[in-house]
Amino acid sequence: MAEKVLRVAPHADLKNLDPIWTTAYITRNHGYMVYDTLIAMDGDLNPQPQMLEGWDVSDDGLTYTFTLRDGLKWHDGAPVTSVDCIASIMRWSKRDGMGQKLADFTKSLSRIDDKSFKLVLNKPYGLVLASLGKISSNVPFMMPVRLAMMDAFEAVPEIVGSGPFIFDKDAWVPGSKVVYRKNTAYVPRSEPASYAAGGKRVHVDTVEWIYIPDAATTMNALVAGEIDFWESPAVDLVPSMEGNPDITIKVIDPLGTQGWLRPNHLNPPFDNPKARQALTHMVNQEDYLRSIIGDEKFWSTCPAYFMCGTPLDTDVGSEALVKQDLEKARALLKEGGYNGETLILMDPTDIPVLHGASLVTAQMLRDIGAKVEVQAMDWSTLTSRRAERKSIADGGWNIFHTYSTGADVSSPIANIGISGGCVEKAWFGWPCDRDGPDSLEGLRDAFSEEADPAKQKAIATKLQARAYEVVPYVNYGQWFQPTAFRSTLKGVLISPVPFFWNIELN
Amino acid sequence: MEAIADQSVVVRESLGARVWQYCRRHPTIVIGALLLLVMLMIALLASYLTVDPMKLNPIKRLRVPGEGMLFGTDMYGRDVFARTLHGSKISLLVGLSAAAVSTFFGLTIGLMAGYNRLFDTIVMRFMDGIMAIPSILLAIALVSLTGASVGIVIVAISIPEIPRVVRLVRSVVLTIREQPYVEAAISVGARLPKILLRHILPNTLAPLIVQATYVCASAMITEAILSFLGAGTPPDIPSWGNIIAEGRQYFQRAPWIIFFPGIFLTITVLAVNILGDGLRDGLDPRIARQMR
Amino acid sequence: MFAYVIRRILATIPVMGVVAIFVFLLLHLTPGDPAAVIAGDYASPADVERIRETLGLNKPLHVQFFAWTGRLFQGDLGISIFSKVPVIKLIGQRIEPTLALATTTIIFAVLVAVPLGVLAAWKSGTWIDRSVMIFAVLGFSVPIFIIAYSMIWTLSISLHWFPVQGYKSFLIESGFGLEGVCRDTGRSGCGLVPFFRHIALPSIALGLVYVALIARITRASVMEVLTEDYIRTAHAKGLSSRVVLIRHALKNASVPIVTIIGIGIALLLGGVVVTESVFNIPGLGRLTVDAILHRDYPIIQGLILIFAGVYVLINLLVDISYTFLDPRIRY
Repeated sequence: MAEKVLRVAPHADLKNLDPIWTTAYITRNHGYMVYDTLIAMDGDLNPQPQMLEGWDVSDDGLTYTFTLRDGLKWHDGAPVTSVDCIASIMRWSKRDGMGQKLADFTKSLSRIDDKSFKLVLNKPYGLVLASLGKISSNVPFMMPVRLAMMDAFEAVPEIVGSGPFIFDKDAWVPGSKVVYRKNTAYVPRSEPASYAAGGKRVHVDTVEWIYIPDAATTMNALVAGEIDFWESPAVDLVPSMEGNPDITIKVIDPLGTQGWLRPNHLNPPFDNPKARQALTHMVNQEDYLRSIIGDEKFWSTCPAYFMCGTPLDTDVGSEALVKQDLEKARALLKEGGYNGETLILMDPTDIPVLHGASLVTAQMLRDIGAKVEVQAMDWSTLTSRRAERKSIADGGWNIFHTYSTGADVSSPIANIGISGGCVEKAWFGWPCDRDGPDSLEGLRDAFSEEADPAKQKAIATKLQARAYEVVPYVNYGQWFQPTAFRSTLKGVLISPVPFFWNIELN
Repeated sequence: MEAIADQSVVVRESLGARVWQYCRRHPTIVIGALLLLVMLMIALLASYLTVDPMKLNPIKRLRVPGEGMLFGTDMYGRDVFARTLHGSKISLLVGLSAAAVSTFFGLTIGLMAGYNRLFDTIVMRFMDGIMAIPSILLAIALVSLTGASVGIVIVAISIPEIPRVVRLVRSVVLTIREQPYVEAAISVGARLPKILLRHILPNTLAPLIVQATYVCASAMITEAILSFLGAGTPPDIPSWGNIIAEGRQYFQRAPWIIFFPGIFLTITVLAVNILGDGLRDGLDPRIARQMR
Repeated sequence: MFAYVIRRILATIPVMGVVAIFVFLLLHLTPGDPAAVIAGDYASPADVERIRETLGLNKPLHVQFFAWTGRLFQGDLGISIFSKVPVIKLIGQRIEPTLALATTTIIFAVLVAVPLGVLAAWKSGTWIDRSVMIFAVLGFSVPIFIIAYSMIWTLSISLHWFPVQGYKSFLIESGFGLEGVCRDTGRSGCGLVPFFRHIALPSIALGLVYVALIARITRASVMEVLTEDYIRTAHAKGLSSRVVLIRHALKNASVPIVTIIGIGIALLLGGVVVTESVFNIPGLGRLTVDAILHRDYPIIQGLILIFAGVYVLINLLVDISYTFLDPRIRY
């Protein structure tokens, strides 16, 4: 019986293996292969039990009792117990924003017996289940206690999980190939798979991630049948594959991706809200999307900070973004204190989407009379430079671009870009708006303490209006990354994160 | 009377005929130099000949070459003709600068090494060390670790070329030093600088010029490769290398993005190489051939 | 001669020392922080600093250098910052494709270039000579990735004669840690035929530059030898042109030819980088470029040392080979 191998071309090279230690999406994807979660998000963005049998919430909303389901085993054969889960949750909460928030609300987290444990809050918190079922980085994956007890700032030395695949360490060629084998001891749930929830049934023997750095080479490999699945094809190459009956092009991530133009709130002129508002008037989402994505099928303009097509979708406060007004932008920039100094824009040339966005922004800035220096660098350098709070004279920065997956952006708590936590707590760029209940932080806190969806929407709407005043970042558009795979594949799941269970080769 | 008439006829023909004779005897020098000159003119006049190479126009992206867009447009709607012509500036700048820098430092170090034994022993070990590291890797490392800019790229390309020039100059110095007339000059009291200038330098000129042309050609290709690998001149300013690098995933869908800069690059490098060959054959075949 | 060999080997030590210092300084004095890359896109500055501490990147330079050289002498090339796999193991995984590519390229280049050069020298002045020379100049004027893409377009995509990318080992059960490269369902697994089909385009694309170089030098040195008196004597003795060419001319022209082959092998180490990138061959070239672009210091240091070591070794072999090729060269 010939071995069934699914060959995947992932969007990046898997450099780090610990999904708690790093937020990189490729490591998150790897995490879903070998680890499992207590709770998982389904297609309606509702938390569903995955490793858990279920949960009980006390009447006062302060005590959650969790029970594990039967048959859960680690890859080395040992059974999964509540102590493993408690240690894993604690390690995750040291690194993840939502985890930290959950820890702030937690009074105690303790074992009841081998299969159950309880979480006691000090105040009611509406996001306990959503946090433990967080679908994107950092995902609260469960690890054996001996690994979960390790320092959250060091990567775990062994990859042992309870997920549907086993990581084949000996076959790993870093920079080239990762090999996963079917975990025959895995007991999938009985429900159908829906996003990260439901039964994770594996129909292949092996999954190989073959990293091909060149997009054109990857496309040719897919067309020639040398690989089966291309996670993130360059959208411009899609037309070359569309007519081919052997290849299926499908958008499997319905939540999409949001582009962020992130100004540095510490350095002039963008320390002044008027200058930042100028950016909103300046940005014309169509120009960005057309340049970096191309085909209109795969993008849409969207004025919502929390993504369009989600429960918190609203266009409140977005007039400046929806209609480009270069003259107004020019005036606002001047009012914001811009005096002709050269703006430093960091351009990661190795990421085509962000490189394109940088070029568009540079041109628009020049069109409103600003002087721009586009500093080319690779993404690695950018990630270290954006952490520096230096002034421009000392080598600091004014603007960089990035993007974030809808799964992260659509929640005001998971969306790190919208935090106004200032230098202490905000993400790179350091927006500062935390005084009073109507500030970004005040509204985010209110959101986290509110369980009622209608009230949550009201708070989110106020939050967006405030965001348009403070401008923590400018949303330069929403797009939907298509995936390309051989038409002989069946069962490719719709999901914001690519999953490789459920897929059958034919 | 007849003799004078004959002479005047000879004088009138001689200038045009002499040029023609030169061209026939050294076709490679002429062709190479002419092509290079054309490229230089393009580089200098690019701004007057084309539209803004950096202007984005997303509506008109990926257009096939046609009216108004001689070489088509790229993925951001920028005009490829404009970018190709402007690209000559950086590529030629990198090529010529790398040649100049490596020649200058190679000459200086080589002269000193040829003259001072202690300096020679130390420096030649350094030169051997630098030559041992593959030049592409050295260049990528220098560029990506210090941040991309045209200046850094020039330095990164020049450094691996210096040892070869040093060796060349040093061997000339060593050879000339042994010559009797140099010993005679020293015994008469001639000072070092004078010996360098009058005897040694002229003998290094020929092989140096030839080597410089090869360095120029190789530098332009190396710049293209560095851009291709992601460690080249910043893509804000077009160079043939980074136009090709940006267009690489489009080679099936929009091959003109790679094709035109590729042709220009090939022609220029070819021109410089042919020029170098011609100079080598024309100037001083013996020494130059040994050193290549 | 034995003494000469020993002296030459000892002379390589200071060279490698210079390389080591150079490489170490290069990486530690330039900006760019692997800790930031490791921490991930959404980490805080405090996270980044903690990771720096854990990696030992904050210790003084000379301490780090001596620690590094100490480990080198024990054969420990360090551990990759990202994958935590020992550098030696990474090299072991990737050395086979690069060696295979380099070997086939050099063999191809020499087999094509030397006869071409000899032919051009023999028929010097004719259209054959001119064509070979024009082809040679073109060979190192066209950038290698242009050659590669053109070949892929015509020979792989249009004509389907060769696969588009990848590497397949010639060993049925691939050694060197590349397990899985050969296990394949339905398509060509490993073995001699798949190996040649996959390595053909990369070798030719890479080899053309060296064909050009070697052919030129071969032609030049054979031409020079052909003007020597002993060639005329050989002709006068009645030896056929072919015998004269091969037995006398080529043998005496061999020193510059071997020199350029040696230089070619050294240049090859650089050319391999682009080829591996375009054809997706998981070899040492790509490993090095990846490591440089991501600042994985231990890999960069280890690999540059190895490349330099190979270069020095090849030079040594070339120098020693002179004594066999040309008895006039005595040390």
